[in-house]
Amino acid sequence: MPLTTEWTPEIIETEQVYKEMGVTDGEFAYIKRVLGRAPNYTELGLFSVMWSEHCSYKHSKTLLKQFPTEGKHVLQGPGEGAGVVDIGDGQAVVFKIESHNHPSAVEPYQGAATGVGGILRDVFSMGAKPIALLNSLRFGSLERSRVKYLFREVVHGISGYGNCVGVPTVGGEVQFDDAYNGNPLVNAMCVGLINHEDVQQGIAKGTGNSVMYAGAKTGRDGIHGATFASEELSEDSESKRPSVQVGDPFMEKLLIEACLEVIHHEALVGIQDMGAAGLTSSASEMASKAGTGLRMNLDFVPQRETGMTPYEMMLSESQERMLLVVEQGREEEIAKVFEKYGLEAVTVGEVTEDKRFVLEHKGGTVADVPVDSLAEDAPVYQPEAREPGYYEEFRKTDYVPGVRNPRNVLRALLKQPTIASKEWVYDQYDTMVQTNTVVKPGSDAAVLRIKGTDKAVAMTTDGNSRYIYLDPETGGKIAVAEAARNIIASGGEPLAITDGLNFGSPENPEVYWQMQGAVRGMSGACSVLGTPVISGNVSLYNEAAGGQAIYPTPVVGMVGLVKETSHITTSDVKNAEDLLYVVGGAEREFGGSELQGMLEGKHFGRAPRIDLETEQRRQQQVLEAIRKGAVSSAHDISEGGLAVALAESLFAEELGCEVEIEGETVTELFAETQSRFLISIKREKQNEIEELIPDARFLGKAAAHGRFHIIKNGATIIDEPIQTLKADWKGAIPCLVKSEG
Amino acid sequence: MKFAVIVFPGSNCDEDMYHAVSEVLQEEAEMVWFEEADLDEYDGVLLPGGFSYGDYLRSGAVASVSKVIAQVREFIAAGKPVLGVCNGFQVLLEMGELPGAMLRNRDLKFICREESLTVEQTDTMFTSSYEEKETISLPVAHGEGNYYCDAAVLEKLKENRQIAFTYKNNPNGSTGNIAGITNEAGNVLGMMPHPERAVEELLGNDDGLRIFESILTHWRDVHAVNN
Repeated sequence: MPLTTEWTPEIIETEQVYKEMGVTDGEFAYIKRVLGRAPNYTELGLFSVMWSEHCSYKHSKTLLKQFPTEGKHVLQGPGEGAGVVDIGDGQAVVFKIESHNHPSAVEPYQGAATGVGGILRDVFSMGAKPIALLNSLRFGSLERSRVKYLFREVVHGISGYGNCVGVPTVGGEVQFDDAYNGNPLVNAMCVGLINHEDVQQGIAKGTGNSVMYAGAKTGRDGIHGATFASEELSEDSESKRPSVQVGDPFMEKLLIEACLEVIHHEALVGIQDMGAAGLTSSASEMASKAGTGLRMNLDFVPQRETGMTPYEMMLSESQERMLLVVEQGREEEIAKVFEKYGLEAVTVGEVTEDKRFVLEHKGGTVADVPVDSLAEDAPVYQPEAREPGYYEEFRKTDYVPGVRNPRNVLRALLKQPTIASKEWVYDQYDTMVQTNTVVKPGSDAAVLRIKGTDKAVAMTTDGNSRYIYLDPETGGKIAVAEAARNIIASGGEPLAITDGLNFGSPENPEVYWQMQGAVRGMSGACSVLGTPVISGNVSLYNEAAGGQAIYPTPVVGMVGLVKETSHITTSDVKNAEDLLYVVGGAEREFGGSELQGMLEGKHFGRAPRIDLETEQRRQQQVLEAIRKGAVSSAHDISEGGLAVALAESLFAEELGCEVEIEGETVTELFAETQSRFLISIKREKQNEIEELIPDARFLGKAAAHGRFHIIKNGATIIDEPIQTLKADWKGAIPCLVKSEG
Repeated sequence: MKFAVIVFPGSNCDEDMYHAVSEVLQEEAEMVWFEEADLDEYDGVLLPGGFSYGDYLRSGAVASVSKVIAQVREFIAAGKPVLGVCNGFQVLLEMGELPGAMLRNRDLKFICREESLTVEQTDTMFTSSYEEKETISLPVAHGEGNYYCDAAVLEKLKENRQIAFTYKNNPNGSTGNIAGITNEAGNVLGMMPHPERAVEELLGNDDGLRIFESILTHWRDVHAVNN
């Protein structure tokens, strides 16, 4: 029997039932105009999910158009399941990032697990073999017991799903800040590898062709997930737990194998994942993109439960399902491929000419709407933007931290969860399966070799939301620049990005202003650094109960090409006596810094400046030096400044250092000035490096004595055993997770 | 020499195993779907890691009663080499071809990292290329790698010299620090660490290659005698 009360069109209108589904009065009037009548309950459901922010990007579309999306390497920009970028030899990488914030906030294990599952399907539905997963996570303060629980379970969920499907989780980032106490962020990115000729599209071409449903059965899980993801979290978000999907990674693994086989079948016309808004979005988008219509008979949809209504089937977000369009008459051939893996593939409908989306159930028509009204013609809003009061004040504030003892500060910084070792996290991920992982988590970017070639790909996710909060445009530039710096430091040439835009409610003018600034900054950096945006995801309404919005958090997922495996570089200093250089000077910049957060418990003041020309020049010089074999290690200087970067670089080999600094001590050690690298070189490369990188300044050398020794004007500033620092850094997160709070 | 890499639904280290023997060891190898196998034409069987049947019921349990298993038993009975890694080890335990059982890791968490191992036994067709008591490093990646057997079985394993590898810093709670054991006849090796992930310098570790080289050396020796 039906579990949902399905109201009549009259009641929907008079009682404004549509509001419960997130449809506004204006949108309801629009639906009535489009249909020439009031929608029935099923139709209202279709509009509600397709016009949710998650599916329609209605509040962000105009901003997203600002992103540069073209470049010489780009084979497929935004609009398909994932973007595609050429890496030479007829090969390409396919990648995208996607958020699963709301589900993870109420059901962290399944929320995170199905986030991984969804992004995998976006990539293999393009025809690509998934070769790597990354994730960008934000949590509140680890002192809180709820946050500990969310952190543990999100990591567990990612590990449970990713490990089972056999795709290595190779990198990403985890940051902690009070701003995420009530609303964690879980963004998952997948990178796939493909030959150019295998790239698929999610289109429903060819009148009369069959629409096939493959994979798991449809159940009542995840109904209205996309709508749930498009509203603020509230006291009764817990009641939305049924909106969270449940994942089955074994099913996904079989689906990957079957789909990668089926893409080579000539009877296949189009293929798309049933992600957010499930059957509704995949079917209507495939038809809308192809300029066709679609007619489906829901009696044929494989169902996990009895008595499911059309509304429930269309809005279910059950996982591990794909929609295929197949040449008429060749359905059996396709079904056979799935059968080998024990999967069902059944015909559920056909492509029509009339551009209508028609659903039949038990002999009657239960929905009949113009297909474009669900997809391409969804409403678009131009929200109001207003500069928040804090912005000007912050810009004028030059915050100077009071530091008495740099040694104590360094030790405390290394224990800050955002800086501390994330080994506790990535130890739980299979980082090596598929045997391509050359550089594992813990360095600036992960690097995977491409079998059968001498190439490799570097990948990273980055986004320091504190800077973006202080100054969205500057912070947006920094997010892209830092990602590129991480790729460069690993020996790669940045190719393109995928963006995961996580913000509060766009209907709040101050939030929308943050979105505008961040997108402007990111677009600017993408243009200068030559890294177009090829795919992305928008997650809005990230506000905890009580209305506190998260920090504006655009996450940049970047992939770069390492032309020869000999260029692969890590952040670890390799040998005692190697010389240490810092590229770029420090300014007194502490607004949004890790040090500020630690000392003041909040972030304010001016964000660090960034000059994109300087950034680009230094990146090119460092990459050139790496390619010439002059660099032994390279590390982006980011959170915690030079002192933290230096310590991190020495931990792997437990080397010490003899370093002499100039200038103002706290600035030199802890400022988060942008566009800087820490590099180490062999002694004989000294002249070469000074010539190749004019901004490189000699710092000192690595030392076998195992002491982290920094002097200024002949006086010791810090002298601490590297093992002590390493223990601080390594032990912080396990200690916080285990402690009762 | 010709290897069969058995592929079950949910195997995920099958391609890695195939790559190790075909590309690195440069011997013949085929990926064999569990329903279509005819093992007569092969000289060695490799049971790869992964999550066969999603680890449902118990890891390795469903695969251990699947279609290919009767042939694997015959292969073992014929004295030919069978290497089971990770989930492959779990399958061999569930088949009863190796003694003991696998429990969840002591800390109840999946672990993936390099572990130092001691080569306990070099007088086997899998380990002859190592030095006795040599320390090597191999990656582990498992959630259920806590090997369990009772005291009597442990005693017997020691007596028969069936313990091939032990962990230096037991990561999962395994009885006797056991990382890998052979059957009594010595032609079946089950191990949790992944040698196929450690066969190339580029990936930072090639300590695992010698397992495959040992198998090959043994096969050549046998064939030299037979010919």
